[in-house]
Amino acid sequence: MNDRLLDFAIRYGFLILLFGLIVYFSIAAPGFFGPLSAAFVLQSVAITGILALGVTCTLVVGGFDLSIGAVATSALMLSAYSMVILEHPTVVAVFLCLGMGALVGLINGLLIVKFRVPDLLATLGMMFLLIGLQRIPTQGNSIATGMTLTDGTVAEGTFSAAFLWLGRHRFDVVIERLLPMPVVIFIGIAVLIWLFLGFTRHGRLMYAIGSNERAAALVGTPVNRYKIAAYMISGVTASIGGILLAARLGRGDIASGNNLLLDSVAAALIGFAVLGAARPNAFGTAIGALFVGILLQGMTMMNAPYYTQDFVKGAVLVAALVFTFYLSSRRSGTGH
Amino acid sequence: MAVDALKVNGLQKSFGKNYVLRGIDVTMEPGSVTVLMGANGAGKSTLVKVICGHHRADGGSMTLAGQPFDPADAADAIRQGVVTVHQSIDDGVIPDLDVANNLMLDRLVERSHGLFVRERHLRAEAAKVAAEMGIEVNLRARVSDLSVADRQMIAIARAMARAPKVLILDEPTSSLSATEADRLFALIDRLREQGVAILYISHRMSDIRRIADRIIVMRDGAISGTFDTEPLDYEAAVTAMLGHRMTEVDVTVQSGSVPVLELADLRLTQGAAPINLQARDGEVVALVGLLGSGKSRLAEILYGMAHPASGGVRINGTVYTPSSVEDAVAQGVFMSPKDRGTNAVIPAFDIADNMTLPFLKGLSVGSFLKASRQKTRAQEMVSQLGIVCQSVTDGIGTLSGGNQQKVMIARWLLEPAKVLLLDEPFQGVDIGARRDIGRHIRATAKGRATLVFLAEIDEALEIADRIVVMNEGAIVGEHKNQNVDLGALVADISGAQSTATGTHP
Repeated sequence: MNDRLLDFAIRYGFLILLFGLIVYFSIAAPGFFGPLSAAFVLQSVAITGILALGVTCTLVVGGFDLSIGAVATSALMLSAYSMVILEHPTVVAVFLCLGMGALVGLINGLLIVKFRVPDLLATLGMMFLLIGLQRIPTQGNSIATGMTLTDGTVAEGTFSAAFLWLGRHRFDVVIERLLPMPVVIFIGIAVLIWLFLGFTRHGRLMYAIGSNERAAALVGTPVNRYKIAAYMISGVTASIGGILLAARLGRGDIASGNNLLLDSVAAALIGFAVLGAARPNAFGTAIGALFVGILLQGMTMMNAPYYTQDFVKGAVLVAALVFTFYLSSRRSGTGH
Repeated sequence: MAVDALKVNGLQKSFGKNYVLRGIDVTMEPGSVTVLMGANGAGKSTLVKVICGHHRADGGSMTLAGQPFDPADAADAIRQGVVTVHQSIDDGVIPDLDVANNLMLDRLVERSHGLFVRERHLRAEAAKVAAEMGIEVNLRARVSDLSVADRQMIAIARAMARAPKVLILDEPTSSLSATEADRLFALIDRLREQGVAILYISHRMSDIRRIADRIIVMRDGAISGTFDTEPLDYEAAVTAMLGHRMTEVDVTVQSGSVPVLELADLRLTQGAAPINLQARDGEVVALVGLLGSGKSRLAEILYGMAHPASGGVRINGTVYTPSSVEDAVAQGVFMSPKDRGTNAVIPAFDIADNMTLPFLKGLSVGSFLKASRQKTRAQEMVSQLGIVCQSVTDGIGTLSGGNQQKVMIARWLLEPAKVLLLDEPFQGVDIGARRDIGRHIRATAKGRATLVFLAEIDEALEIADRIVVMNEGAIVGEHKNQNVDLGALVADISGAQSTATGTHP
């Protein structure tokens, strides 16, 4: 009986908690339950969620990507530089950013598999490098139309309407202009990664690498290629996050995106606890991002001060990790 | 001896409805080696875990040197004088520290030790411990650079630093070669003289013959036989373990038809003697040899993990030079590696995923896996090999060692191989599972050449048509598995007829 209860708790505990939160806030905070509020929650988690899905792929192969936040802000600055200063069209700006994300992922992957740098250190180094690099072209300034450049000229370009559409368009669902574009992209990427990791042989092999790399290699899995691919996926998703952030803000703000790394890593790690998976998975990551979003939205509506947010996120993360590692270890420890 | 070192009375333990120990009585005397035998699932490891404090018993009692013994946890058991060296050696050593520090680790933990490490003093003490144990390694070497055998010695030496009354060794030779095992046995002999009661768990008959003073056999959670009158009746012990008489496995020797694998003047390393070997269709060839004889190197070369110094390999007449494991598998050369825990098992996966891992491509449409096809294929192998499980979606960790190994072998029988390499396929496997695996390998041998890399002669005699002996990177003997002259075989393996320089490090 006790074992079954524990099993049930591990499997559904987190989802029940999520459901309980929604019910609680719906009762306690008037206006919480409704399409507008739901769209707001989704909007607030879309970009971190996209980054978290990328980092999930690196977690699956037993790695870690600390550079995602920096990749996202680099994409933010690169898109602004491309459109505002170089006056590129939207398509060029978007592909520049995606290419940059893929390139950074490739370099991360090569550092890790070819040069044998431990994943945390390689991506930490890359994070620093990018944070520095994105400031060099503009001497550390933010980018906006009308800014004076070093050679005395004025930046004439603007963010195109098509680019801003990516961040600001809202689809009519239930209510007019409800569902923001970034949310649609988040859901799309979540489904793609979920299918890829859970249902393709590539995903299965990536999980095998994460669980026992040597055994995976000895059945003929091209381990290095899959690892590099994971970091490239992570880089590309991070750059998508950066593009959407730029499109929402409408300027190349040097100071935005500070919290992206911690928030998205937290979402991916909280995802371990969903459905008792005890391993990185796309569904869990999406739910983890949503959980944090709902909690913060509810608390905000109940007038909790903004500066308590990080504390709450941290507490949720620690609780989820205990859930995952302590309870699952007890579950596997009792059987023999 | 007046007082027994350890006395276990009517010990009971169950997990849920599963009664694992049903009233076990064991007595161990100081200065004697008690061998504990039993098939997988007989309850050996549970008994050990109760004695060393991992599990609490549900019923029964234990006394240690006459005093009641009921350890609260593993640390308590150690404090009271029951020390266990587990199967995975690295639990017992710190790989990144050098030998001296490892040997002295337990002293460093003591509160009375003081704050600073006195390097000279520590090394002198370590040297003393090493000398007592007969360990001859450089004390400054990092443990991670040592061989498995040396690491094991150090783990045991550490255990001995606590002056235990009872020492439990759980399958200590499962990853040792014969010479390495000999060193371990010498150490056990020394400990026996010091009056330590030793409980030794093993599947290997050769170990048991070498060191046992008594044999206790477990079956289905109970003691099914105790053998302590000289000479020990090993055959009866095996009978007690399996529940039926051990019959000599009859191998109907096949000589095979056309040659599949041909090694021509293959030199494993620069300066080694050239190897010439043919393995024919339908033939099972056992390559036996000590550690360092070159058989692992040969397996690596054939599986695309290393390149030979010179010479060539042909498969079905075409030149075979695999560039990687992936390439080898694509060309129909499969290998089940040794040490399944580190090299083969994916702990996070279930049985079906573990088994089908190399051939997911054939089991998917586009890139999407067909879970139903995976399950059917796995289910087929489960029934063919007699893998004991409730469903193919059970986690691999729920299986016993023997059944896990069956899954690892089944992995490479899913698709037809041209050359199948099996490196130590019977490692940590009970006799029942070993027979099943051997029978199935022989039954499916047609259509491929099978090479089995083994350290144990017994195992080679059970599975092979032909036994090829390797020593120092060269083939030194070949025996058809029919009325084998065991003396000659052993002489080949130990390199007796060559100049007796000895291979000790």
